Amino acid sequence: MATIQRSRADQAGSVVRYVVLVVGAILFLLPFYLLVRNGLSTEQDITSPDWKLFPSSLQWHNVVDLFTDPLLPFGRALLNSLVISVVQTIGVLVISGLAGYGLARIPFRYANAVFYFIVATLLIPAAVTFVPSFVLVSTLGWVSTLRGLIVPGLFQAFATFLFRQYFLNFPRELEEAAQLDGTAYWGTFWRIVVPNSTGFIAAIGTITFIGSWNAFLWPLVIAPDQSAWTVQIALSTFLTAQTINLPQLFVAAGIAILPLVVMFVFLQRWIVEGVERSGISE
Amino acid sequence: MPALATRLRGRYDRNLWFVIFVGPFVLGLLVFVYVPIVWSVVLSFFDARNTVTPTDFVGLGNYLDMLRDSAFRSSLATFVLFALFIVPTTFVASLGLALLVNRTRFARTFFRSVFFLPTACSYVVASLIWKLSIFNGVRFGLANTVLGWFGAEPVAWLSVTQPPWYWLVIVSARMWLQAGFYMILFLAGLQRIAPSLYEAAAIDGATGWKVLRYITLPQLRATSTAVLLLLLINAFQAFDEFYNLLSSAGGYPPYARPPLVYLYYAALGQGQDFGHGSAGAVLLTLLIALVALVQGRFLGLGKRED
Repeated sequence: MATIQRSRADQAGSVVRYVVLVVGAILFLLPFYLLVRNGLSTEQDITSPDWKLFPSSLQWHNVVDLFTDPLLPFGRALLNSLVISVVQTIGVLVISGLAGYGLARIPFRYANAVFYFIVATLLIPAAVTFVPSFVLVSTLGWVSTLRGLIVPGLFQAFATFLFRQYFLNFPRELEEAAQLDGTAYWGTFWRIVVPNSTGFIAAIGTITFIGSWNAFLWPLVIAPDQSAWTVQIALSTFLTAQTINLPQLFVAAGIAILPLVVMFVFLQRWIVEGVERSGISE
Repeated sequence: MPALATRLRGRYDRNLWFVIFVGPFVLGLLVFVYVPIVWSVVLSFFDARNTVTPTDFVGLGNYLDMLRDSAFRSSLATFVLFALFIVPTTFVASLGLALLVNRTRFARTFFRSVFFLPTACSYVVASLIWKLSIFNGVRFGLANTVLGWFGAEPVAWLSVTQPPWYWLVIVSARMWLQAGFYMILFLAGLQRIAPSLYEAAAIDGATGWKVLRYITLPQLRATSTAVLLLLLINAFQAFDEFYNLLSSAGGYPPYARPPLVYLYYAALGQGQDFGHGSAGAVLLTLLIALVALVQGRFLGLGKRED
């Protein structure tokens, strides 16, 4: 009797669980749907007080209009964002990867001091230093240049910290085999360690790319000129403009999240693994 | 000289290799993180309007001005209110999602992906959807349409301060963007709980809430501490959604202005007042450090194992 009752309760519980999950999933997907729906609607469909789930007709020309509108430099902003994100991602992987490996594996008398020097910056929220960073970068004459947008983001203490933790747990036997062959640190790193760490590198790379693509405060501060706008700045400017073409704005936003959504679909497994291995929750 | 070179390179050139591997990163950190911090502290003691090489030393004057400035104080109050909303709600939502997804066998990856997907979305894009599609002005928008189905009056979500509906807009946008990420952290934590603990609890006849209360939550303690700390630090740095949801072609409303938005307008607005901006940044950093420290103490972060 008890077991039958228990299993009834379990079944009822699992039905409730699935109902909550499905309702939650619909709520979480709804904003994505609204983005697509509005991008393919007419202005009237979006602002109509009589809101409908589906647009009255699909306006595919909105996509073409966005890129042919001479007043909206959206193509340029996309290109800027792409260059910034790709260069920053590769840069962070190389710079932080090397630093993390050096800290984890090369014996050096002051290695601990160097490590504390790096970790200390984790305690200072990056956003708080935007005023002096702006001052520094403008002193260098890098305002509204790609350099000004890219270079300060190349030195990510958190990425270095994660790489160090990961390399500490990398199986030493693999490296020792290579070192017997007389390969120095440099060769061991590139030929043994990197090829065997693609999953972790993909995880850090994806997280860096997302952060770089979605960055807002720094580009807002350092790129006042239209020529250096990123996708996020362009969207934000259209959002607060006097006159907005709503369907075009939604198409632009849809295109802005497209690269990341595609990346998510293909690389999600690595991101999840990377987050799980990051040791944040150890 | 050769002797010195050998010493600098170290045994098997180890020192040299360490510099080659770690050097570029440390140099970049020095120039782009440490220099700005020191510069900020220096600027905060000077009258630095429209200049970054000031000569007029004012001591703690900027700090006192900021602490006396009711707009800056109210921005700190805005933050506290925001944190009081967002930290517990996101914590409960992400833990709840993790518990639900963790116990799901069917379509588990699907649900995990759906809840995680908003992480790919920027605050700007979310603000745009929230502002122009869900929480529009009085007549339009999804939220007002849904209210209409229940016969309720439409609401001016972002343009009234009484009642402060804009908080709902801001908090829900951030929750949507963040909950999935913290869910992943909780899922990782749940996976590390030994199954034997649950088996032992089952033998003792513990079910449902009791298992959650006496096994799951205590075992998730480390994860919970990390999540709370991250949520709080992120809340302190709130900027993107406040800026994009509330600023309009006409300007930015003085209410709902968190510290970073205030500092942005103070330092980079018309006055280019780097002195007061830097003093505010230093105060904010100290405040974040203090709260993190107190929270860490309170939650037992860094406490030695017994």
